[in-house]
Amino acid sequence: MANWMKRLIKTFVIGVILGLLGTGALAWYVPAVDIHRERSFVSVQPNGGNIEVFHINLPRDRIMVGLPNVDNSIPAGLEWPGEEILGDMQAELFKVRNSDNTVIGVASRLASATGESGPFIEWVVHLPARGTIYVKMEITPSADGFRNGEMLAGSRDFSVLSGSVREQFIADAGEDADAQGRIRLEAALVGQLGDEE
Amino acid sequence: MKYAISLVLGLLVGAVVFVLGLYLNPFSGQATVSPLAVTSERVIDLSFSAVPGDGILYTDHGETVVTPHPERIAELWEPAIHETSVYVTKVESSRGDFAGIGIKFSSESEQTAIVKGDAIANSAWHIYMPGQGTLLIDQTENFWSYIREVVIPARTSAGDNWVGSFHTITTNGPGSLGTARVTGGSGLFDGMTSESVEALTARGYSANSGPVSIDGNLTIELTELAAASE
Repeated sequence: MANWMKRLIKTFVIGVILGLLGTGALAWYVPAVDIHRERSFVSVQPNGGNIEVFHINLPRDRIMVGLPNVDNSIPAGLEWPGEEILGDMQAELFKVRNSDNTVIGVASRLASATGESGPFIEWVVHLPARGTIYVKMEITPSADGFRNGEMLAGSRDFSVLSGSVREQFIADAGEDADAQGRIRLEAALVGQLGDEE
Repeated sequence: MKYAISLVLGLLVGAVVFVLGLYLNPFSGQATVSPLAVTSERVIDLSFSAVPGDGILYTDHGETVVTPHPERIAELWEPAIHETSVYVTKVESSRGDFAGIGIKFSSESEQTAIVKGDAIANSAWHIYMPGQGTLLIDQTENFWSYIREVVIPARTSAGDNWVGSFHTITTNGPGSLGTARVTGGSGLFDGMTSESVEALTARGYSANSGPVSIDGNLTIELTELAAASE
C-alpha cells in the first residue's frame, strides 16, 4: 500500500476517534434540558424559616374549573365526568406567579364539602425549576377571611421543608389591570431540625 | 486537501458511531417488572388512557405534535413552565370501573442525560378517589426506553407511525428501589406514606399526532394505615 494511502487511513482513524470523543464530550457537558428559572422572592424569618408569597390572577391564570354542573366548567368544551360518585368535588387548575407577577408554576386545587371520605381542600403547587408542594387546608376559614393549611409533602427543593400555607382571596387585583381578583398563597416553611449537620 | 476530507469524514463517522452506540446501548433499558410486584402490602391498581386526546384535559406549550384540548384551553407558554405539561384524566380500577380523577403535572428535568440513557421528567399526580380520599404521587420518570423503542422508530418509519407492543416502568425515583413517593391527604389515605410505580403499555404512536394507543397504570402500595381503614 502506498504511503499516502496509509496516511489517509491514519487521518481517517484519527478523525473517527476525535468524532467519538467530541460527540461524547458534547453529550456529557451540554445539558439536554435547561429549565428557565425565575428569581425567588423569599423573606427570612427570625426563627430561621422563610416566607414566600405566590399569587394567582383571576380569571387570567385559571386553566380549568371542573364542576358537577358541566355548564359552569372552564374552559368551554370541557367534558367533565358526570359520575354521581364525584358528588360536589371541584377541581381547579391555575398558573402560579411569584411576587414579581411572573408565572413560575402551575397548581391544582381539589375541594369537596360533602365527599364520602370527608370534606377536604387541597393544593398541589408544581414549580418546574424547584419542586412540588402538597398542602392540606383547613375546611373552615378564619374570621379574617383566610384559610390555613399544613404542608404534607414536598419534593426536591421542598423535600426538607415543612410548614404552613395560608390561602386568601383578595378582591383587589393589585397592579394587574386585567385581573378581577387574586388568590394569595403565603407559604411559611422551615427546614427540619438537624438537616445542616 | 484529501487529508482534510478524510479527517472530516472520520469525524462524521465517529459522531454517527457514538450516536448509534447510545441508541443501541443494551445497558440503558428501563425495568419492565414493577418493584412492587413482590410487596407484602396490599396495592391499588389504577389504569388510565395515556393518550392525551382521550383525557379530560391536556395542555403544554402548544408547539408539540400533541394538540392541547379542549380547544380553548390556556397553553403553558411562559418560560418557567414551557417544559411542563398538565394532563387530567379519569382513572379506573383494575375491574374497569370509574375510580376517580387524576391530575398529572410533568416537567422535563435537568437530570436528563442521553449519554447515560436518562430522559428524565419530574412529575406529580394529584388524585381524588371518591369514597377513599386524596393523595399525591411524587416521582421522577425515565422515558428513554419509550423514546428509543416507540417515538424514534415512529419518526424514522416510512409511514410516520409505530405499531407494536411495548411495556415499560417509567418511574425511577425518588425511592431507592425506583419507586415513587406517595403522601395521603384525606379520607382513608390521611396520614399515609407509601410507594407507587407508574407503567405504560404502548401499542400505537404517530409521529404527526403523538400517542395513538397507550395505556398507563399506577400501582399504589397501601400501608397498614389505609388498608385497615377499608
